[in-house]
Amino acid sequence: MKKLQSSLTNMVLSLGIIAIAAAALLAWMNRMTEEPIRLAELAKQESAIKEVSPDFTNSPVAEEILTRSADGEAAACYPARNNGRLVGVAVKTVSHNGFNGDIELMVGFTPEGSIYNYSVLKQGETPGLGTRMVDWFKTDKNRQSIVGRAPARDNMTVSKDGGDVDAITSATISSRAFLDAVNRAYSVFQQVSAQIGDAPAAAPEAAPADTTGVVTNN
Amino acid sequence: MKKFGIILNGLVNENPTFVLMLGMCPTLATTTSAINGLGMGAATMFVLICSNLVISLLKNLIPDNVRIPSFIVVIATFVTLLEMIMKAYVPSLYESLGLFIPLIVVNCIVLGRAESFASKNNPFDSMLDGLGIGLGFTLALTLLGMVRELLGAGTFFGMTVFPDRYGALIFVLAPGAFITLAYLLAIINKIRKVS
Repeated sequence: MKKLQSSLTNMVLSLGIIAIAAAALLAWMNRMTEEPIRLAELAKQESAIKEVSPDFTNSPVAEEILTRSADGEAAACYPARNNGRLVGVAVKTVSHNGFNGDIELMVGFTPEGSIYNYSVLKQGETPGLGTRMVDWFKTDKNRQSIVGRAPARDNMTVSKDGGDVDAITSATISSRAFLDAVNRAYSVFQQVSAQIGDAPAAAPEAAPADTTGVVTNN
Repeated sequence: MKKFGIILNGLVNENPTFVLMLGMCPTLATTTSAINGLGMGAATMFVLICSNLVISLLKNLIPDNVRIPSFIVVIATFVTLLEMIMKAYVPSLYESLGLFIPLIVVNCIVLGRAESFASKNNPFDSMLDGLGIGLGFTLALTLLGMVRELLGAGTFFGMTVFPDRYGALIFVLAPGAFITLAYLLAIINKIRKVS
């Protein structure tokens, strides 16, 4: 078959047909993968909740509470119940103070308001430095672990800022952003814990330190 | 034997990374670990094979003056397909490759092979060329990723070889990509001169 001439009709027709065929193929594929993509995202969320909560029997994703933190960031809470009793609340929050883009965390709280565990959902920190936040704040060494801490009682900022948490070595900005997200998660937890029931024992006049925008000193 | 030669051409004589030096952006950016390099290489190979095949089939229906836009539409379609499939079935790999999957559209290797090979040869040969170039690219990226991961984090495909405190962090960061690529190129050129 001879190659088509570059006449206007030929060009419009061939490009048009290719574009329409491509669009049809993509539309079909979009339909095919819509469900698996949704399931994959759900599974990811569920495994993150599982990681940060004690064993539960309900479906925390089904009981999702969408809210906003005091400073207007979108947040989501997932109550974990074991046979009806509240055993933990997973809170998904974000910090914009990351070294390279937003940091998204899932922080699990016990009903009493101490941190059970956390999981980093999204971060773009420097590999080998800031990325160590994934397990740094779980490692029980000196004062670097936040597991078991109660933000109502402890000052959840890096020790350089007078807080009680050791920052990641040579990644102070990432550590601050991480703790910023943790504190935001705690404030959201306080907001919603009344709704969920089994409110935590209120810690009088020990409001959690807000580390938002603390990257000024140093 | 000629068919095998087409594959070998892409793998050795015209290796996109080590000989043609094309597609440097994903090469340097995604090879922080062996598995990322392998994933990026495989993704590019998929797009190369499919786009080469389709462009070769359509080559007589596409008038010369609109060939570049037509090629881009074909390539972009396959990249978007791949993106959706990866999101659905390998979300973790999709997340670690991130932005670089959609950027395969503008990878000059893909358009380069469409223009210089697929638009002049029959569909089967074009597919083999896509496979050869794709394998060459995958091999280069995996090799680069393996070296960087081993020197930087002390792991080999995620398995610990030595504790990561002995690793030189620089190899996982951007400068390490350039250093590793330069040394690999030097070694490969030496070998090519000898043989």
